[in-house]
Amino acid sequence: MSHYDAIIIGAGMSGLAAGIRLAMYDKKVVVLERHYVWGGLNSFYQFQGHQFDVGLHAMTNYAPRGARGLPLTRLLKQLRIRWEELDLHQQGHSAVSFPGLKLNFSNDFELLRSEIARAFPGQIDGFDALTRQVRGYNEFDLNAPTLNAREIVESHTTDPVLADMLFCPLMFYGSARENDMDWDQFVVMFKSIFFEGFARPQAGVRHILKLLIDRYRRAGGELRLKAGVSRIITDGQRATGVELDNGETLTADNVLSSAGLVETGRLVGSAGLWPADAVDVPSTAGADKMSAQQAAGTAALRGKLSFTETISVLDKPARDLGIEETIIFFSNTERFNYAQPNDLCDTSSGVICMPGNFNLPRQPKDHLVRITNIANYDKWAALGSAGLRPAHAVDVTSTADAHRMSASKAGQRPALPYYEAKQHWYARSCDDVLSHIPDFRPYVSLVDMFTPRTIRHYTGHEGGAVYGSPLKKRTGESGVEGLYIIGTDQGFLGIIGAMLSGISMANRWVLQRDNAAVETT
Amino acid sequence: MTDEMIKQAIIGIINDINPDEDTSNIDAATRLRDQLDLDSMDFLDIVMELRKRYGVHVPDTDYEHLASLDSCVNYLRDKMAGKELVS
Repeated sequence: MSHYDAIIIGAGMSGLAAGIRLAMYDKKVVVLERHYVWGGLNSFYQFQGHQFDVGLHAMTNYAPRGARGLPLTRLLKQLRIRWEELDLHQQGHSAVSFPGLKLNFSNDFELLRSEIARAFPGQIDGFDALTRQVRGYNEFDLNAPTLNAREIVESHTTDPVLADMLFCPLMFYGSARENDMDWDQFVVMFKSIFFEGFARPQAGVRHILKLLIDRYRRAGGELRLKAGVSRIITDGQRATGVELDNGETLTADNVLSSAGLVETGRLVGSAGLWPADAVDVPSTAGADKMSAQQAAGTAALRGKLSFTETISVLDKPARDLGIEETIIFFSNTERFNYAQPNDLCDTSSGVICMPGNFNLPRQPKDHLVRITNIANYDKWAALGSAGLRPAHAVDVTSTADAHRMSASKAGQRPALPYYEAKQHWYARSCDDVLSHIPDFRPYVSLVDMFTPRTIRHYTGHEGGAVYGSPLKKRTGESGVEGLYIIGTDQGFLGIIGAMLSGISMANRWVLQRDNAAVETT
Repeated sequence: MTDEMIKQAIIGIINDINPDEDTSNIDAATRLRDQLDLDSMDFLDIVMELRKRYGVHVPDTDYEHLASLDSCVNYLRDKMAGKELVS
C-alpha cells in the first residue's frame, strides 16, 4: 500500500496543474485517471486517420508575451512554462450572430465596443459602465458573495437583446446555470473572452496536454491511467485515501477531486456530505428555496447543461467558402435561451468553430467546421443502442436521408435509436447554422459527432454536464477535512481557469498548510 | 553567504518563476511588487523555493520581510549564513 501527500482524482487540466504544483515542491503525488488517456473534458482522439480535439475550440485568456497581471501569465509562472512553449496563435475575428444583428469581436476589445456602439447606439454608455464594473472586480476573491450576473448586466443595459448577445458566448463557454450566471463567473468569462480573447496552439489541445504531462513527469509526479476511483475513504472526519475500481487502496494526507461536486459526494458515499453551507448559493433571489432543495438532496447540484458537437471535415478550407470568422456564437431567436431542451438537442442556438481560421502558421491538415448545441442528457441516455456504431460514427452518405427525414417529419419524429438520432441531429445542426455561414454541406467529406452520452462516458460527469454543477465551491472545501474540490465545480472557468483552479487549491490546501505546519514543529 | 549573494539568490528564484521578467535593474530599496509582475502566488513560490533550495523556512507571518531586496537581505542574513548559492 502506498501513502501519498496528495491523491488527485482526474487527469484533466485542473488535476494535472495541481499535480505539477505539488510535485514541483517534492510532494509525493499521484494523479488517478479512469480512462486510458488524459485530458478529461479537453481531450483528443483519432478517427479514420484524422486527429480530432474534444472540448477545446480555443484557449481563452490570450495574453501577449510578458503581459502583466493576467491569468495566462499567472498560470505560466506557476507552472514554469515559457510563453513561447504554448505556441499560441490568435484568432482572426469572431462574432455573436442573432437574427438581423451581428457583433464582431476580436482580441482587440475596441472592436466589440465599436460594434456595440454601431448596433446599439443607445446602449453604449451602459455597456461602458458594465465594462468598468467588470474591470474593477476581483474574480479571484474566493470569499466574495455570490451574485446573479443578469441583475447586474440589466442594471446597465436596458436592451435585453444586447444582454443576451453578451451572455451568449460567456454561457456557451462556461455556464453551468440556465439563463443566468454567477457574477464572478460572468466576470471571469467576460475578461477571458472579450478583454483577452482567443488563441490556440497549431496542434490544438494535444500540445497543451503534452506540456502539462511533460512538466508533471519531470517534476516527479506519478500518473496512473485506467485507475478509476470507486470510493473516497474517510475516518468519519477526514479523507484518508481512496479505493480504486480494482479494489486497490491508496492512502493520502489530502485528496483533491476534479470529479465534480455531486460525483465527489457520491464517492464519499454519504448523503450528508454536503451541508447547506458547503456550496456557494447566490445571495440574492431564491436563496431560501435553494437551501430547501439542498436539504432534500443533491437535485439542485446536478448540472443540466450538456452538449452535442458535430465535426465536419471539408474538402477545402472554410475561408474558401467565404467563412471568415474563427468562432460564431449564434441564436436563431431574438431572445437567447440557454437551458436544457425538452428534445434531444436545441439547434436553434450554438457555437460554430472554424479551427483553420486562427492565424496559424500552417494550414491544418483537416479543414474543419465544428458545431456545438445544447442537448438533453436524459433524452440521449434513454435511446436504445440498437444499431450503435463505433463510438462516434455518423455516415456522410446517410445524412442526406436524415436531411429529408428532418424536413418531412418535423415534430412527429418517432423515438430513434442512438445512431439514427445522431444522423438526424447532425443534419438539423447543419441546417440551423445556414443563416450564419455559407452552405458548407456540399463540401463535407467526413463527419463525426459526440453526444452527452460520450461526455458522460469520458468525463464521468453526471448528466454529461460539461460545466458541472450550477452551484460551485470556490474555496474548494468539501465539508470533509482533507478533501478538496478542484476544476469546474470549484468555479474557475475555461481551460486557463481550470488550470488555475488546480493550482490555487493545491497552493492553499497543501503547500501553504504545509508551510504553516513547519512553524509548529 | 554575502548580502550580494542573498540578492542573487532571490533574483535567481524570480528569474525561474518568470523568465520573461527583466531583473537586471531592480532597485533594492523599492518593493519588488512595485517593480515586477509578482502577486501573492509568486511570493508563495519565493518562500517555497527558499525552503527547497536553501532549507530556509519563512513562516506566513514573515512574508512582509520579503517585500524588497534590502528587506530580504536583512531578514535572511542569519538564516542564509553558511549556505552556498544555488544557481
